[in-house]
Amino acid sequence: MSCQTVIGVRNLVKTYPGRDGPVHAVRGLDLEVQAGECFGLLGPNGAGKTTTVEILEGLNEPTSGEVEVLGHRWSLDAAYIRQRIGVTLQETRFPEKATVAEMVRLFRSFYDHGLDGAEVLRRVALEAKANAFVETLSGGQQRRLAVALALVGDPELLFLDEPTTGLDPQSRLQLQDVIRELQGRGRTTVLTTHYMDEAERLCDRVAIVDHGQVIALGTPAELIARLGGEHVIEFAIENHGTEVQASEFAGLEGVLKAVERGNGFELTVSEPHRVLPRLISHLEATGRQLGRLTTRHVSLEDVFVALTGRHLRDNQEPASEAQPRTRRPRRVRA
Amino acid sequence: MIPSIRPSLRELYCARLREFYRQPARVFWVYGFPMIMALVLGLAFQNRPPESAAVVVAEGPGSESIVAALSVPEAREGRAGRPGLRVTTRPFAEADRRLRTGREILVIEPRTDGGVVYHYDPTRAEANLARAAVDDVLQRAQGRVDVFEPKDALVQEPGSRYIDFLIPGLIGLNTMGGGLWGIGFFLVNMRIGKLLKRFAATPMPRQDFLLALLGSRLTFLLPDVTVLLLLGRLVFGMPIRGSLLTLAVVVVVGALAFAGIGLLVASRAETTETVSGLMNAVMIPMWLLSGVFFSSERYPAAMQPLIQALPLTQLTSGLRAVILEGVGLESLVPHLLILSAWAIGTFWVALRIFRWS
Ligand SMILES: Nc1ncnc2c1ncn2[C@@H]1O[C@H](COP(=O)(O)OP(=O)(O)O)[C@@H](O)[C@H]1O
Ligand SMILES: [Mg+2]
Repeated sequence: MSCQTVIGVRNLVKTYPGRDGPVHAVRGLDLEVQAGECFGLLGPNGAGKTTTVEILEGLNEPTSGEVEVLGHRWSLDAAYIRQRIGVTLQETRFPEKATVAEMVRLFRSFYDHGLDGAEVLRRVALEAKANAFVETLSGGQQRRLAVALALVGDPELLFLDEPTTGLDPQSRLQLQDVIRELQGRGRTTVLTTHYMDEAERLCDRVAIVDHGQVIALGTPAELIARLGGEHVIEFAIENHGTEVQASEFAGLEGVLKAVERGNGFELTVSEPHRVLPRLISHLEATGRQLGRLTTRHVSLEDVFVALTGRHLRDNQEPASEAQPRTRRPRRVRA
Repeated sequence: MIPSIRPSLRELYCARLREFYRQPARVFWVYGFPMIMALVLGLAFQNRPPESAAVVVAEGPGSESIVAALSVPEAREGRAGRPGLRVTTRPFAEADRRLRTGREILVIEPRTDGGVVYHYDPTRAEANLARAAVDDVLQRAQGRVDVFEPKDALVQEPGSRYIDFLIPGLIGLNTMGGGLWGIGFFLVNMRIGKLLKRFAATPMPRQDFLLALLGSRLTFLLPDVTVLLLLGRLVFGMPIRGSLLTLAVVVVVGALAFAGIGLLVASRAETTETVSGLMNAVMIPMWLLSGVFFSSERYPAAMQPLIQALPLTQLTSGLRAVILEGVGLESLVPHLLILSAWAIGTFWVALRIFRWS
């Protein structure tokens, strides 16, 4: 059971007809998800994550490519697959005047086999809200209700599309705890997110998706290790002009990579305790003042930046090393 | 509940019922609003004997004798077939201006030869009545004798009043609103909230979803129709001459036609603006043309085929035939056929083009 393929996707393509020309949402995407793992699709807004999972959920038709879910094809065995998957959509507005327990009972009635309503609510920590109207739930509670409704059929395969997006940090953590609790029951989970820390916390393996393609695949640790070092030294020099170049620091012993970012520099290293003294003496020797200095662990965010030259989240400056950005119109989806 | 019903159908049906009665605002629009409309219109258009008519005599030579003739008690009181008269005098120019601005209905201008000129707008029914009444009084005052003495047999039967006409119309209107709002608007809202898509991701039998929607719609018909029938019966003494079973058949077939239209307008619309626009495009012509508030026979003959093809026309005229005339099913076949055609046609198209996302 441990190495059984639950999802197989080969050369998936989805093109939407758009107002100004076709939108290539997914352009040749390959995936394999194994039984029992929590698999993350990580990528910025508009990368094609929702389109991909909705095709896997049987809610959207691929333009071309092959998709197999639980060993079956949507075109042939939709009923079989639907009984065995659980889905949360990126956004669902549940009826305001229904209670939590009523919604769970309604969704339970659709499945041949499944979990007891009380048990489902316990797993998402909503027992206390069983008789509350949906309209009285907080944002985080509504997301947990969505997860509960995905669980009532006791699915073999669970899809969570951006489960924590838009929540406050505390609700995010709480929901991440719920999702972690759900793991380790032999169930396979596919999760999309544009939060690096979420993918690192929850996922066994991550596919980094950008512009409709997988650009990196592996465990979070593997992806980070690919950068070479595990630490980043961030610093700035006071009143420096263009005379200071990142390449100047790349030459220091132990520095794997040096880039200029914002008004400072970032050095990727494996042993900060050895590199730091060299950096400081180099700056003293060249007569420059250190403006700020921090060190941190490498994250998936750095992996993404290294791969694309862009940050994952919107509204952030591209790194100075970035290739000219291929900008595509991005539609805000309601 | 009934054990043989599939759980998914039962749960969907109950969910729909709960969703409705937990929304007091919707309950008002479905029950309160038609009742208020019936009460207001019923009171406003109560049938009364013709009121007395106010007429103006233009001042000038001969006007006194005319005023005197019109002010005798028999003229003031009116009698069968003609209103009582109330007379004032004004200078001709002023009276004429008031007539042209609609504030007077009849101006009587004395002529030097002893006769009069009547100034009035012949398209106003009350002006014609007033003219006939004045002429009758003046001619008699000058010595005309009736050739024979007519007798009047007066009919004042419930069933022929405006309120009796109105209540079946309101039942039809409510049935139309229920189908379009209760199914059309409701579904589009579910699509906007991605709830339809969420359902599509479950193994929910899709026919159960539709059956629950129709079942709840038909369930709501019972109170919808009963409330208005009771109001008509108890408050206005409207007769219900046909059988309730026949009435139920007409209402159910009508409701299915409007459920189909509701489903059709909702089958693709992705925003409330779109669906509201479509619903208005469907409902407003029927509000006006289908004879809810006044008889559709007032429209020109050229429009009648179109008007008769509208489902609301068939529903309201069918309801009137059952309630007021007491006809049986055999006389309602044309109504039922047209309504069924609407139901089948709209469902057929809607189910083919319906989108879950
Ligand atoms: N129904 C649609 N019609 C047209 N374009 C769409 C549609 N859905 C998504 N897109 C476009 O496809 C791209 C990928 O969207 P999506 O799969 O939602 O990305 P993500 O979930 O990673 O944010 C975006 O550019 C988006 O604007
Ligand atoms: Mg998305």
